Amino acid sequence: MTTQEKGQVMTANRLGDGEVVFLTRAGTWSEKIDEAALAQEPQALAAIEARAAEDVKANLITGQYLFNATRIDGLIRADHIRERIRTLGPSVRFDLGKQAEGKAGAFAAVES
Amino acid sequence: MYRYDEFDAKFVSERTEQFRNQANRRLKGELTEDEFRPLRLMNGLYLQLHAYMLRVAIPYGTLSSRQMNQLAMIAEKYDKGYAHFTTRQNIQYNWIKLEETADILQALADVEMHAIQTSGNCIRNVTTDQWAGAAADEIADPRPVGELIRQWSSLHPEFSFLPRKFKIALTGAPTDRAAVKVHDIGLRLHKNAKGEIGWEVMVGGGQGRTPMIAVTVRDFLPQFELISYLEAILRVYNLYGRRDNKFKARIKILVHEIGAEKFKDEVEAEYAKHPAQQTQVEQAELARIATYFAVPEFEKLPRLSKSFEGARLAHPDFKRWTKNNLAAHARDGYAIVNISLKPEGGIPGDTTATQMRVIADLAKRYSFDELRVTHAQNIVLAHVRLDDIYAVWQKLVEHDLAAANLGLAGDIIACPGLDYCSLATARSIPIAQAISRKFADIDMQENYGALKINISGCINACGHHHVGHIGILGLDKNGEEFYQITLGGSSSENASIGKILGPGFAAHEVPDAIENILNTYVKLREGKSEDFLTAYRRLGAKPFKEALYATA
Repeated sequence: MTTQEKGQVMTANRLGDGEVVFLTRAGTWSEKIDEAALAQEPQALAAIEARAAEDVKANLITGQYLFNATRIDGLIRADHIRERIRTLGPSVRFDLGKQAEGKAGAFAAVES
Repeated sequence: MYRYDEFDAKFVSERTEQFRNQANRRLKGELTEDEFRPLRLMNGLYLQLHAYMLRVAIPYGTLSSRQMNQLAMIAEKYDKGYAHFTTRQNIQYNWIKLEETADILQALADVEMHAIQTSGNCIRNVTTDQWAGAAADEIADPRPVGELIRQWSSLHPEFSFLPRKFKIALTGAPTDRAAVKVHDIGLRLHKNAKGEIGWEVMVGGGQGRTPMIAVTVRDFLPQFELISYLEAILRVYNLYGRRDNKFKARIKILVHEIGAEKFKDEVEAEYAKHPAQQTQVEQAELARIATYFAVPEFEKLPRLSKSFEGARLAHPDFKRWTKNNLAAHARDGYAIVNISLKPEGGIPGDTTATQMRVIADLAKRYSFDELRVTHAQNIVLAHVRLDDIYAVWQKLVEHDLAAANLGLAGDIIACPGLDYCSLATARSIPIAQAISRKFADIDMQENYGALKINISGCINACGHHHVGHIGILGLDKNGEEFYQITLGGSSSENASIGKILGPGFAAHEVPDAIENILNTYVKLREGKSEDFLTAYRRLGAKPFKEALYATA
């Protein structure tokens, strides 16, 4: 049976090289969305927001924000197409971005 | 072509070092993002969907082969082996690292290039006709005046913090290939009965969320008054332009809100305050700049070339390409070669480093070492001998650069859209690719005739959808992409803003909808000589609406 949990993921760009990253449960930044923390409770949300703010100050990341996502059988699917494209790379060049580097999210930009 | 003088070289070099210092301070945390953002934007560095993006200025779209080769080097060394030519005649790199940006700016400075005036609320990079200095219909080459405007406007202290960005375009030909009526200021050259030349000054055009056609404020401004008159316009805008609302800050809103007549009066009053002799452009300075754009040393050639005609007879593909992609040159024995960056199913404007080098080499060998980037995201070799065109074409064929679709259905303008852009609401490129594939047959494209299909991935309209004969705007409806179709837009001398035809379409429905519109046109046109836009203007939206929505 499929399990689904809804929540929010914290994302940003790494300051030095601009790479899209996601905040993990360990408080580190991963290039893979499936390693992201999916915050569901207000307390968890507050914690990842605080962590991101600290890492902005520590010059690790920039442009941080939360987006809605769903964990489906252990894999995280961003709810909006924009965020799915960020977990993959351009939908018109599969040879570029995370999808070309073994760091892609499991869900296509658009399900056909 | 324009060359740096010693002041430019020193200035750009200092500016690069200044940015290196700013970037290092940002990386060390001595500058916050809020402090750094305006500094990086002033150097063309944006934060986009996947990474940093660097937009490099190509004044009036003109490049030497050395510069194009350097752009290729940057694509390979600092990006992922390609770059994107934009609708502002510029080039963008999509995968830039902040840590390496100062090195890139230095590599640009090494070939007299930079990224100044590609962002921020300043006077942006000046754009012009990609056939300038070559077109058979031209009154005069507009680039010396474009360069004069560039020098005047570059980091102009009074106009570096305008209410909003400010774009100037100019054309020296009656056929407007520079879309001057949809710019903040559009300039068009005219010749009067006495044989004198002067500029028609148009203000308040633009696209974005509030598209407008510019209004003429002067019919015939003598050339030597141009800069001081532009200053008067900018002063009125700087004073009255709205700073309280970003969406109402462009000069078009000011012109619209106070009315063209009142705006014109304000400009004239401002202009009258400054004795013309104090601010007149010195003729000597313009003459000095004009030498940088000196007419190339053309050979005296016969009007027709036997080898060219022979190749056309022998090779039908070549013949077709010459029919669609060449334009008349002012000189006998030469032609303007238009290289379409729109192969079947390709990404409009994207070019690999290898292709850039091939084009640079062709420019060096066959077109006086000069090439042009067009606002339609293509490349021009402006001065090619008819005798050489077959050799050029063969090289283009080898590198997938010989699409014979200039100005046809496959020659689609598209912004990067949601595949790259953080502002986008929907993807543009896949729509362009799907349409390009649907109309891959050039016979079919030729049957549809002259056509501009323009696609934007959001209301900011970088893909010029408002002025496409067929415009497509990608929007977001509850997380799903959908596309609005507009008809009847044009960026030519008879400019118009397209009108929304009806309810939008899902992405997969768009190519069929376009085909339906085009087949309706073919059915109703008064012969093949009546192109799509002319037919639409005659017929109105009704038959197209009926064709598209009747079955729903």
